[in-house]
Amino acid sequence: MSVEKFLFYVFAAMLIFASVMVITRRNPVHSVLFLVLAFFNAAALWMLAEAEFLAIALVLVYVGAVMVLFLFVVMMLDIDLSEMRAGFMKYLPLGIGISAVMVVELLMVVGPAYFGLDKYAAPAAKAADYSNTEALGTLLYTEYLYPFEIAAVILLVAIIAAISLTLRKRPETKYQDPSKQVTVKKEHRLRVIKMEAEE
Amino acid sequence: MIALSDYLIVSAILFSLSVAGIFINRKNLILLLMCIELMLLAVNINFVAFSYFLDDMAGQVFVFFILTVAAAEAAIGLAILVVLFRNRHTINVQDLDTLKG
Amino acid sequence: METIYLTIVLAPLIGAIIAGLWRNQVGKAGAHWVTIIGVGISCVLSIYVLLGFTHGDAESQNLSLYTWMVSDGLRFEIGFLVDQLTAMMMAVVTFVSLMVHIYTVGYMAHEEGYQRFFSYIALFTFSMLMLVMSNNFMQLFFGWEAVGLVSYLLIGFYFKKETAIFANLKAFLVNRVGDFGFILGIAAIAMYTNSLDYAEVFEKSAGLANEQITVFPGTSWSLMTVICVLLFIGAMGKSAQMPLHVWLPDSMEGPTPISALIHAATMVTAGIFMVARMSPLYELSETALSFVLIIGATTAFFTGLIGIVQNDIKRVVAYSTLSQLGYMIAALGASAYAAGVFHLMTHAFFKALLFLAAGSVIIGMHHDQDIRNMGGIRKYMPITWITSLLGSLALIGTPFFSGFFSKDAIIESVHLADRFGTNYAYYLLVAGVFVTALYSFRMFFLVFHGNGPRDEHAKAHLHESPWVVTVPLVLLAIPSVVIGWFTIEPMLFGEFFKDAIYVDSANDVLAHMGEGYHGALGFVVHGVMQAPFWLALGGFLTAWYIYMMKPSIALDIKVRFDWLYTILDRKYGFDELFQFVFAGGSRMLGKIFWKGGDQFLIDGVAVNGSAHGVGWLASVARYLQTGFLNHYAIAMILGLIGLVGWFVILQ
Repeated sequence: MSVEKFLFYVFAAMLIFASVMVITRRNPVHSVLFLVLAFFNAAALWMLAEAEFLAIALVLVYVGAVMVLFLFVVMMLDIDLSEMRAGFMKYLPLGIGISAVMVVELLMVVGPAYFGLDKYAAPAAKAADYSNTEALGTLLYTEYLYPFEIAAVILLVAIIAAISLTLRKRPETKYQDPSKQVTVKKEHRLRVIKMEAEE
Repeated sequence: MIALSDYLIVSAILFSLSVAGIFINRKNLILLLMCIELMLLAVNINFVAFSYFLDDMAGQVFVFFILTVAAAEAAIGLAILVVLFRNRHTINVQDLDTLKG
Repeated sequence: METIYLTIVLAPLIGAIIAGLWRNQVGKAGAHWVTIIGVGISCVLSIYVLLGFTHGDAESQNLSLYTWMVSDGLRFEIGFLVDQLTAMMMAVVTFVSLMVHIYTVGYMAHEEGYQRFFSYIALFTFSMLMLVMSNNFMQLFFGWEAVGLVSYLLIGFYFKKETAIFANLKAFLVNRVGDFGFILGIAAIAMYTNSLDYAEVFEKSAGLANEQITVFPGTSWSLMTVICVLLFIGAMGKSAQMPLHVWLPDSMEGPTPISALIHAATMVTAGIFMVARMSPLYELSETALSFVLIIGATTAFFTGLIGIVQNDIKRVVAYSTLSQLGYMIAALGASAYAAGVFHLMTHAFFKALLFLAAGSVIIGMHHDQDIRNMGGIRKYMPITWITSLLGSLALIGTPFFSGFFSKDAIIESVHLADRFGTNYAYYLLVAGVFVTALYSFRMFFLVFHGNGPRDEHAKAHLHESPWVVTVPLVLLAIPSVVIGWFTIEPMLFGEFFKDAIYVDSANDVLAHMGEGYHGALGFVVHGVMQAPFWLALGGFLTAWYIYMMKPSIALDIKVRFDWLYTILDRKYGFDELFQFVFAGGSRMLGKIFWKGGDQFLIDGVAVNGSAHGVGWLASVARYLQTGFLNHYAIAMILGLIGLVGWFVILQ
């Protein structure tokens, strides 16, 4: 068994283990942490498949941003965990049954009989100066330029959407309203009154 | 050598696990979102594996876009979840049935 | 000539438009002046055209003025065919119309809608002229419908009166039945000859004489018979022949002048004119002529009988009209077209006269029309009396009066004709003479003789009508008396209609009669020897005896022959039958469509049903939409499993 293969099995096993933990942990914080582990292992698998840029991106973007977001939310929300767990055991057999059927079916489809090494041999090793990032970047900025820009817009929309969804006005907080500040007139501030001189 | 089928099998197991996760964590919306992330991860593993074995960068470009969309989806989904919790004080899926016909 | 024809047709139309659209501007006097002048111009020019034929050497003219459209070789045109027949009709129509216009000035003086009335009758004159002057079937149909429309408007002239609107609706509906046949006939002609022009159709029709068509599966009819019968059904509607006669008596709800003009003298004779005009077609179908003959004779006798028991002065005259129309139709059926048209002309004068005289009486009686309330009016209305007497004498066929010549000619020609139904028709027509005399003089004696009006109030106000009423009476009385004497020779036995009416030599009964004709005097002498004259005399004497000498007999007969009286009083039950079968039937059909078709099928199944169906489907489908995320997820995943499973099985 080659080193690569050994590493593959290790990471794959840890990936499966982490996934199982994600779906079975009682505490959502633990689930998120196991999800992070799963992503790390997946990134390692991608490294083995020579997708270095994506592996790093997965770790940086996903683990660094999205998973932290998950973690924040889970910790921020005051979730009644016991209620969340109700029916866990009841549906466990059904869940296992369905996923078992699915695994069996998928294995029959994607098993070595169709996708083994004899069918798809591993590609030849790349040259030493080959850069996965450069290749991906070249492709993205030429052939996939428009989809790339659309993806950028999607991200922008997601940012705006997330902010506008969660932004709320608290009555006790004081805000500045620039438009009101700009349109203010002196009458609003100063009232000149005439009155008799007082002694 | 690592075969294509090895990647595919791992990804299939991962996918099935996340399906099972959706079933057994049917009440917790956050976990549902996490399971969806796992599913997307499984799909991405497939793409990367095919990209490697077919020696075609298009698969990785696709993963790139999927990551983008998944990030957007997670951000918006979590935002909705926060708003939901703020208004209803629950993220129990069982209680979210106002769309019931 | 074209200008003259156009002027004849358009002058009344212009009058009608001015009187109708600017009625407030022109006022009452303006309305009657403009229409009278319009119709007067028409009348003078028509008589000029007629004189061109009788005394000049005018040729018959066939002009196409305007092509409306050409559709697949079928030309829709407006044009004039003016020959002797048309010229005679034009003169009669415009003359009677002019008389009626003048008369109306007096009759309608105090009525509402004065201008409207003048507009209508001038419009009628225009329509009738379009009808008679037409040279093609489309224009004929236009005129046919236009006179029907004006008739409808005028019967319902008192549109606030319930009976009037009922009557005009009835007239309209019954005429639709006839028109349906008529337009089918025209369609058949257009289909087989691909032309609507008279001349072309007549030319081509000879070649179609032996054509057979299948209308209903398994039957084979002569094409010409079908066409002629269909056209005649139109004539039956317009000329009120049994069983489509029911509208005419009810049309008396309209003002009297239009009863005279439309429902006695002109419009109802359109059917007779049409058949005479179509003589080249009818001559090709013996069967159709027999049909015409039998319908005519039946109408002539049986409607006359009803006239005996009517008490409304106008209705008596109306039934008399029906009966006389029957005579004309019978003459057509015997191929004696000229005799029918001759009677049409004489009848137009004396029947218009009788109607206008009846109207004069009605004015005197302050719109009481029941003859039982009248009597002794002779003293108060001498001109009306004498003109009525002349009209009645002409109607019953007194020798030397115009009716004598025309009616005798009809009876004689039916007697001579040789086709199915002539014997039946002959006896009915002869018996009809007795009936005619009886009802005419029953009415005459009841109205003008005997004891004065029962109502003292009415008596006090009874006086002769103004000159605008009496002048037309006198002017109509003159031709009623003399026109037969002067025109019998050219019209019946001469060559006047030679070009206009075609009679197959085998059927030409008038030519046969002409062999024994030696001047009008000889005709009178011959007629006096015949049964009709003695029957007319008998009818007159019976009427005189019953209603002048012993009025109690009338009541006696009425009681003794109660069943007969009931039958006649109920008019053979045609109204009830139609009311029950057609009106009731169509109401029932309407109800079936309303309840079954509209309420159940359209509203119930299609409109509400589809809505309910959608609602039901949605109520089922909503159980799928639980709103729970898991259920959607499980559906998705089950679908995925199914899909992959299918893929596995296929492998």
